[in-house]
Amino acid sequence: MSSGGARPLAPWRWLGVPMLWVMAASFVFAMPMRFWGLGLPEPIFALPVAFAWAVIRPSMLAPVGVMVMGVYLDFLWGSPTGFWAVCLLMPYGIVLGVRSFLAGQNQVMMWLWYGLSTALAIGAGYLFTMLDTQNAPNWISVGWQFLATVVLYPFADRLIDRFEDADVRFR
Amino acid sequence: MSLRDNPLGELRVPLTWTAGIVFIVVLIASVAILLSDRREAFDTDAYGNPRTLSDKVMAPVGSALSTPGRLTGEGVEGVRGYFFAVSENRRLRAELENMRQWRDVAVALRDTNERYRTILGLKTDPPIPMATARIVTDSRGPFANSRLANAGTEKGIKPGNPVMSENGLVGRIVGATEGVSRVLLLTDAASRTPVMVDRTNSRAILTGDGGPNPKLEYLRGQDPVKSGDRILTSGDGGVFPRGLPVGVAVKGLDGRWRVVLASDKAAVDYVRILLFEDFTQVADAKKLEHTIAPPPTPGASTLPPPVPETAAPKPAAPAGATSATVAAPAAGAAPVTPAPKTTPPAQPAAKAATPQPKATTPAPKAAATPAPKTVTPAPKTTTPAPKAPAPKTTQPAGTPP
Repeated sequence: MSSGGARPLAPWRWLGVPMLWVMAASFVFAMPMRFWGLGLPEPIFALPVAFAWAVIRPSMLAPVGVMVMGVYLDFLWGSPTGFWAVCLLMPYGIVLGVRSFLAGQNQVMMWLWYGLSTALAIGAGYLFTMLDTQNAPNWISVGWQFLATVVLYPFADRLIDRFEDADVRFR
Repeated sequence: MSLRDNPLGELRVPLTWTAGIVFIVVLIASVAILLSDRREAFDTDAYGNPRTLSDKVMAPVGSALSTPGRLTGEGVEGVRGYFFAVSENRRLRAELENMRQWRDVAVALRDTNERYRTILGLKTDPPIPMATARIVTDSRGPFANSRLANAGTEKGIKPGNPVMSENGLVGRIVGATEGVSRVLLLTDAASRTPVMVDRTNSRAILTGDGGPNPKLEYLRGQDPVKSGDRILTSGDGGVFPRGLPVGVAVKGLDGRWRVVLASDKAAVDYVRILLFEDFTQVADAKKLEHTIAPPPTPGASTLPPPVPETAAPKPAAPAGATSATVAAPAAGAAPVTPAPKTTPPAQPAAKAATPQPKATTPAPKAAATPAPKTVTPAPKTTTPAPKAPAPKTTQPAGTPP
């Protein structure tokens, strides 16, 4: 069969499964557990996945997936509905726009780009919270969440490595 | 027929453009959802059905997932208790010794308090019923700090109920449904709690910012707080009862006054939800406005003699006024309305109660404080009478100053 190489990537493999992993990981980290008096960090597990989806290929389902993950986080964490959906969609859209520019860059540069997209998402969250509550969130807490999320880039890298060349139309 | 033979087989959808259009549509939809969120209302209707449903699903899952961690923690505590039993016993003995002294002080203070209440005729708050719940999920980010508790409307929990751990105030309920309720923590950026400094009685608003130590805002006066001051709920606004322990004041790195929360002393796993309802929630203000007060009981000894309606401007007369009629303008209750209709049943009752302990005052201190209070009304009416009630009552009469 000559059409085997051009077969499109099954959405459940690169969209469905990572999304379920994000939901599960976020839920586990929302458990009320303390170790030596310290609570677990609260990284945004959805961000490396949203970043990777934008890099892998344009898709009509991916933005919907990002929105679903965002609304799920809102329900889990108790933030206003739509808050994380918007915060995740903003870096997704920008990375999707500069996708061709990102192609072929080394891992460190990609990590830097991921860091920028994380900063954008958290910055948007900061702004929305400030507008909503008329109160600036604590910079130290914001910094901790940023750090906890930035270190998750290897997950995004693995996802990109696995699926970047899976669809020959977008090589 | 193969795909190539189909006349539409060569039609290729520009995926990049369609993906971009879908992205914009989804972004607009998300922004619309965000703008339509009414979380700030914090009532059951605004909490919304999807949120209620998700809480209902998440609570049992969270409860099941947190069980291993909880059991491990309890096991570790058990082992630690076994190995450190002797030192723990010593510590507890010392603490007990200290607490016994405090108990004696507390008993004495309670006795004094009860006496004061009797003297002053104070109406104390009724005891508040409570419901116990376990925390099943916890969000700790900078933008949202809330927890799910595994007890809901079946236990009478409502939005607004205060939530406490064994150490202090944790937050308040913002959404409740069958079997689960969401607690907005004091550290959430949307949380505002009226508090007071125990030492100076100064009021402030405790404002969360997503960090571990919420800020004390709107502090007034000179040096209203210093490091180490205990912070309690003030009860202002009626959301929280007065006097719940909140934490200790500290100066933050940013130069602001912040509070180290008392509830942070230990992990918050079990909480007490106070089924507190302020009178402002219980009472229907509009209905009360239209309620006609019942007529006074004839022959009751505490009631003043009925005053005819035409005698309304009578309070202007300073000397002839009895002590009971003076009490009403002094309290600012109703100088215009006739006495028997509104507050007089309460006023004379308090009046009648106050002088009694004055004669039989057992403790010199207790007698010393209420005595001036009960005595002062009399001079007010006789000598400086034109001072307080005069502007209100005499102006219509047109009496010269």
